[in-house]
Amino acid sequence: MTAASRTRPRVAIVGAGPAGAFAAASLLRACGDVEIDLLERLPTPWGLLRGGVAPDHQEIKRLEDTFDRQTLKRGCRFLGNVEVGADISHAELMSHYGAVIYATGAQTDKSLGIPGEDLPGSWAATEFVAWYNGHPDFRDLEFDLSARRAVVIGNGNVAADVTRMLTLSAAELARTDVADHALQALRESSIEEVVVLGRRGPAQAAFTSAELRELGHLDGVDLRVDAADVELDGVSQQWLAQEGTFTARTNVELLREFGARPRRADAERRIVLRFLRSPRLIGGDGRVESIDVRRNEIVRADDGMLRARPVDDEDRETIDCGLVLRSVGYRAVPLPDVPFDERSFVLPNARGRVLGSDREPLPGVYAVGWIKRGPTGILGTNKRDAEETVTCFAEDLAAGKLAQPANADREQIDALLAERKPDIVTVAGWRAIARHELEAGRRERRPRVKLTSRAELLDVARRAAPVPAAAHS
Amino acid sequence: MGNTQKKLGIAMYVAFPAMTYVIVGSCIKDDSCIEVCPVDCIHPKPGAPDFETVEQLYIDPAVCIDCDACVEACPVDAIYAQPEIPEKYDYALDLNSRFFGELSTAEHTSG
Ligand SMILES: Cc1cc2nc3c(=O)[nH]c(=O)nc-3n(C[C@H](O)[C@H](O)[C@H](O)COP(=O)(O)OP(=O)(O)OC[C@H]3O[C@@H](n4cnc5c(N)ncnc54)[C@H](O)[C@@H]3O)c2cc1C
Ligand SMILES: NC(=O)c1ccc[n+]([C@@H]2O[C@H](COP(=O)([O-])OP(=O)(O)OC[C@H]3O[C@@H](n4cnc5c(N)ncnc54)[C@H](OP(=O)(O)O)[C@@H]3O)[C@@H](O)[C@H]2O)c1
Ligand code: SF4
Ligand code: SF4
Repeated sequence: MTAASRTRPRVAIVGAGPAGAFAAASLLRACGDVEIDLLERLPTPWGLLRGGVAPDHQEIKRLEDTFDRQTLKRGCRFLGNVEVGADISHAELMSHYGAVIYATGAQTDKSLGIPGEDLPGSWAATEFVAWYNGHPDFRDLEFDLSARRAVVIGNGNVAADVTRMLTLSAAELARTDVADHALQALRESSIEEVVVLGRRGPAQAAFTSAELRELGHLDGVDLRVDAADVELDGVSQQWLAQEGTFTARTNVELLREFGARPRRADAERRIVLRFLRSPRLIGGDGRVESIDVRRNEIVRADDGMLRARPVDDEDRETIDCGLVLRSVGYRAVPLPDVPFDERSFVLPNARGRVLGSDREPLPGVYAVGWIKRGPTGILGTNKRDAEETVTCFAEDLAAGKLAQPANADREQIDALLAERKPDIVTVAGWRAIARHELEAGRRERRPRVKLTSRAELLDVARRAAPVPAAAHS
Repeated sequence: MGNTQKKLGIAMYVAFPAMTYVIVGSCIKDDSCIEVCPVDCIHPKPGAPDFETVEQLYIDPAVCIDCDACVEACPVDAIYAQPEIPEKYDYALDLNSRFFGELSTAEHTSG
C-alpha cells in the first residue's frame, strides 16, 4: 500500500465555480472517502452561475441547490475569500493536500486589438456581466448609459445576454436578482437601440437558438434584421445543407422569420442584428462616439473552416454610438508557479492531468472546466469534463502516484489559513450570506437582493460564523 | 394520483397521440434526466456524434411513457408534461418534433 492510500486522501479544489462543484460531486461519488476543500477567492461560491448567468434566467440559478446538496451538504468544506497564488501558494497547497484540482475558469476577456478599444465607453462584456451580477470587484464600474445607441460586438450567448440586459424593461429587471446598482442605472438608461455585430453570417452565429429566439420575443422590443442580410451566400448554403448543426439551421430559420416581420412602431426599444461586419476602429474624442465597421464575405479556408474575409479593405461604415461592449470571448489568466499554455490560454493538460514543461503529468495536479478546455461550453459540459478529470485522479490514486503531503493533517492547513486570512468565509458564513440575500429578496418580491461589496459580505459572514473557531470545526 | 394520471394519460393518448414530456431551451445538458429515464428515450446520448453540438436534449415522444422521473431529476426545471408547458416555451413541442424528424435518431443520437 502506498502512503497516500493509507489515509483518507485530502483534495483541494481551487475555484468554487460549476467546474469545481461538479468535480467535488464527482469525487465524492467516485471515491467516497475523500476530504475536499473548495478554495475560492470570492466570499461566495458557484462562480459564473452566480456571477455570469443572466439575472433573468433564474431557473438556471436553481442549479445551486443541486451543487449545495451534492457538495457542501456532503461534508465538502467551503473556504471562501482565499485567493490561491496571492494568499497561499501552489507549493503550499501541494505540501498540504494529496492532490490539487484547478477550476479557476477564465477570469478576463479577449481583446479585439483595434484602435479606440480603450476609450471610455468601450468595455468588455465580461465587465458588464460581472457588474450587473454584483461581482464585488466590478461593482464600482460606471457605465454611461446616456447615449441612444449601444453596439455589441460578437454573436455568442454572452452577446445575447448583454443585449437582453440592455433592452429588458425596468419592470422585468425588477423581478430579477440583478445587482441594485445595475438596476438603478439600467432603469435610468437612455439606450433605445442595440446593434449587434457578427463578423460572420447568420449560419455561423454562435447563439443557441433558445437565446436567439428570446431576443425576438422581448416585451416592448422590436428585433430588426434586414431580410437581405439573412440571404445566405453559396458557401454558407452548402455548408448548412451538408454540415450545418440543428442549431445553425434553427437559427437561420428564426432569422428569416424575424427578417420578414413588419416593423413594430410601438416598440420602446430596438435590437438590430447585423451580419458579416467586423469592427475596424472605435472613434471618439475622449470617449466613444462611433464605431467603424467593414463588410466581410464567407470563404472556406484551407483547413476547411468557414472564415470571414474583408470584401474590400477600403470599405467603411460609421455607426454612431455611446457604448461599445465587445463580447468576443473570455480568457484565462496564468496562476503563479502553475504551468500555463500562453497560446491556448489553458493549463497544459492531458484529460485533466496538468503537464509540466517536459509534457509529463505533474503528480497530483489537475485541471477542470474553462481553465482546462477554454472558455466554451454550457454548465453541463463541465459535469462530463469533471468526470474525466476525476477518473484520472482515481487512477493515479489507485496506482499510488499521489505522494503523501508533508503536512497532511487538516489542522495544519487550518492553522496556516487562520493566520493568513482571519476573515476566511466558511460554509456557515456563506449560508448566512445566502439567508440574508434571500430575506432581503422576499421583502422586495425578488429572487434575492445580492450583497455586492466584499466588506458587507464578510461582515454578514463574520457575524454568523465567528472565525477562526468555525474554520477549525 | 399516479394511477389516475396514468389512466387519464392513456385516455388522452388515444385522443391526442402526441401527449409526452418535453425539454425546453433552458436545459443545461447535464444528463441527469438520461440517468433516470427508464426507457432510454432522451437524446442524444453522451458519446453520440450529435451530443456535443446540440444545445439541449430532446425526448422521443414515441417512446416516452410519461413517468415523470426526469422532471424530478432535472436541476433547472427544464422538463414539462405537455399540458403544462408555460406559454414562453410554446415553441418547444414543434422544435422537438423537428429534431426527431430531421435526424436519423439511431445514427446520430445513440452513444
Ligand atoms: C455571461 C455568461 C452566462 C452564461 N450563462 C449560461 C447559461 O445560461 N447556461 C449554461 O448552461 N451555461 C452558461 N454559461 C456557461 C457557464 O457559466 C460555464 O460553462 C461555467 O461557469 C464554467 O465553469 P468554471 O467553473 O470553469 O468557471 P467559473 O464559473 O468562472 O468559476 C471559476 C471560479 O474560480 C474562482 N477563482 C479564480 N481564480 C481563483 C484563485 N486564484 N483562487 C481561488 N479561486 C479562484 C472564481 O472566483 C470562480 O468562482 C454562461 C457563461 C457566461 C460567461
Ligand atoms: N444561455 C446559455 O446557455 C449561455 C449564456 C451565456 C454563455 N453561454 C456559453 O458560454 C460560452 C462563452 O460564450 P461567449 O459568448 O463568450 O463565447 P462564444 O460562444 O465563443 O462567442 C464568441 C463570439 O465572438 C465572436 N468573435 C470572436 N473574435 C472576434 C473578433 N475578433 N471580431 C468579431 N467577433 C469575434 C465569435 O465569432 P466567430 O464565430 O466568427 O469566431 C462569436 O460570435 C459559450 O459556450 C456559450 O454557449 C451559454
Ligand atoms: S417522462 Fe419518464 S419516460 Fe418520459 S422522458 Fe421522462 S423519464 Fe423518460
Ligand atoms: S436534467 Fe434537465 S438540464 Fe439536465 S440534461 Fe436533462 S433536461 Fe437538460
